[in-house]
Order: sequence, then structure tokens, then C-alpha cells
Amino acid sequence: MGSSRIQILTVFVAAVLLIGVLELVRRRRLLERYALVWLVSSVVLLGLSIWRGALDRIAEQIGVAYPPNATMNRAFGFVLWMLLHFSVAVSRLSDQSKVLAQRLALLDERLRRREAADERRLGTHEGDDEPGEEFAEAAPAGREHAFRRAGKP
Amino acid sequence: MNRLRNEHLAVIPAYNESATVARIVRRVHEQAPFFDVVVVNDGSTDDTAALARAAGADVLELPFNLGIGGAVQAGFVYAKENGYRFMAQVDGDGQHEPEEISTLIEAMAAEPSLDVVCGSRFLVPGEYLAPVSRRTGIHLFAFLLSRIVGQPVTDPTSGFRLYNRRAIELFSADYPHDYPEVEAVLMLHNHRLRMGEVPVRMLERGGGRSSIRSGKSVYYMIKVLLAIFVGLLRRRAVPEPGGPAAVAAEHGI
Repeated sequence: MGSSRIQILTVFVAAVLLIGVLELVRRRRLLERYALVWLVSSVVLLGLSIWRGALDRIAEQIGVAYPPNATMNRAFGFVLWMLLHFSVAVSRLSDQSKVLAQRLALLDERLRRREAADERRLGTHEGDDEPGEEFAEAAPAGREHAFRRAGKP
Repeated sequence: MNRLRNEHLAVIPAYNESATVARIVRRVHEQAPFFDVVVVNDGSTDDTAALARAAGADVLELPFNLGIGGAVQAGFVYAKENGYRFMAQVDGDGQHEPEEISTLIEAMAAEPSLDVVCGSRFLVPGEYLAPVSRRTGIHLFAFLLSRIVGQPVTDPTSGFRLYNRRAIELFSADYPHDYPEVEAVLMLHNHRLRMGEVPVRMLERGGGRSSIRSGKSVYYMIKVLLAIFVGLLRRRAVPEPGGPAAVAAEHGI
């Protein structure tokens, strides 16, 4: 009796895990790429909790005397796999963010250079001409931007 | 329009170096007037960028701290994209003497087959006094690297280097992360680029703190040793001697 109650519990937990993962993917909170690992593991967990003989058989196959130990083994292996997976993902993300940061710095420098050149050109223009309102009307956004830059320390 | 650019670029990586950066920029301008100067502000929280700009340098502002490897690589990419033929790296902490840039330039002019010239403080007899723990580490790396690359390397942690166009192209594509100087020596060897050393004077640090504090020396040593061995095992394209530098960076996995 106790064992069937525990089976109901494990089936329930595995089902909730599976539904939860599917729901996260559906709401785009979890990329499919990372969800796959979770989906596979929750399907395996569900399968094992429904078909109880499988656990004993697997334990026998790999030579584990006490079947629940086989569960622990598998759980541990799964956690290791996940951690490695995340380390790989983090490494890739940090490499990508490094490239992005460098690119941002280069673009920022180029923009500054451009704006300095524009400012010089604008400066001479205003020199011979009256500081024209028509100029401000022609390109208000650009001028404002240039002045904001110039005002920065 | 754009100012005309020189053929030489000095890259000064700086993280919270407001005490020294302006002086270094001015001295590079004085001592090596044919160099353009770009300061890579590695996410400083002080006014390093503003001081460098006021001293007449261009500034690459990284949005957050990448560490020395990422900062210097930004310099390599800048040098590559703006067509510089030579790039010198001068640290922002005042340890490197801008006068000695001409020593590097002369060494490369004298031996045009060199792709990188590295300033070594240990070729100047008995001048540089670092804590024993740090010197031990440096000599250990020097010993290992000399065996691996088959030529004497006395100061593999020195960041005071002059790179030619081939080296710029290589390192703009792939430059090591954490403590890059040591591993870069290995990369040069793997890519059949030639490095030479010249004696230079170096100073005690002018301000700020080294990225290598003596208490962390052991940790640093272990990490660099690991980097050396991983570097030995890494898969890299090996170009023919004299050919163009291979592009070996694998972005993404």
C-alpha cells in the first residue's frame, strides 16, 4: 500500500516537472536549446515512475545491489551533465559579451570622431555666416546632439 | 573629415589609473610623436577616460570591465580596422617607460623578420626588484616557455611589446583571456610568428594596483600554468612560415 502511494507521488512530481518545462518553453521563458535536457530527463523520470520494474532491471544490469542507489546514480549523472552544459553556455555568453563590449567601444570612438569632425565643419560654417536659425531648422536633431556632446566634460 | 592616421599606434589599457594615465599619454606623445595613442578604458569607475582624453589620447570606452586580455584585444581590433602597421602596448600603471618605445622600434627595424618585440626587464642586469614570490613564478614560466618554444624567453609576463601587422591580425581574432601575456607567447609559437626580446628598464608601479598581488601569486601561477598546458593542447590552425597569420578564433561553440 505504501509503495503504491509513493508511486502515485513520484508520477505526480514527474508529470508536474514535465508540464512545467513545457509551459516555460511555451511562454518563451526557456529556450528550446536548454529545455531539451530538462524535457529528456523529466520524460525519463516519468517513465521510470510509471514502469517500476524498469528500475530493478536497470539496477541489475549495471550491477547495483540496491535499486534506489541506481536512481541516485542517475540523478547525480544528470546534475553533472546539466552543470557542464551550463558552464559551456556561460563560457559562450561571456565570449559573446566580450566581443559586443569591444564592438561597442569601437563604434563609440568612431561616433565621437565623426561628431568632432561635424562640429569642426559646422563651426567654420557658422563663422562666415550668421549663426543661422535656418541651419537649426535644417538639422535640429543633429545640432542638438553635437552641442550636448560638446558640453560634456 | 578624419584626421590622418599614423602608421604606429600605442595602446594603453587602463583600469582605474587616473593617477598615472594622463602623464603616460603625454610622455608617449613626447617620446614617440609618430605614434597615435589610444587608451582602452576598461570599465573604470574613476575619471580615467576624461583625463586621458584631456591629455590628447583617443579613448575606447568598454562598457564594463573585461580584464586585461579583453581590453588589449579591443586595441588590437582598433589597430587592425584602422590600418595601423605597428602597435605598441604600454601599460597604464606607469610601469613601462615611454622612452623605451624607441628601443622596441629599433629592435624591430634591425630584425624585420620579427613579428613581436617584447621588452624584458630581466635582460637588464640586477635592476628590477619584484617580490621573490612573483619573480619565482615569472622565472618558472620563462623556463617552461623557453623549453616549449625552443628559444630563450626571459620575461613572459611583460606586457611592453611591439607588434607588427601579422601579430595584430592574429591577436585581434584571438587573444587569451585572463593573464594573456604568457599564453600569447605560446600562441605566437603555434602560429609560427617570431618573437624577440630586448632589454628595457621598468619602474615600480606609479599608482593603482597590479592585477597580480603578491598574496595571489600562487593562484596566479597555477592559473597560468593551466593556461600553458591547455594552450599546448588547443587545436589551432598552423600556417606556413611566412604566410599570413591564421585566424583561429572560434566564436560560439
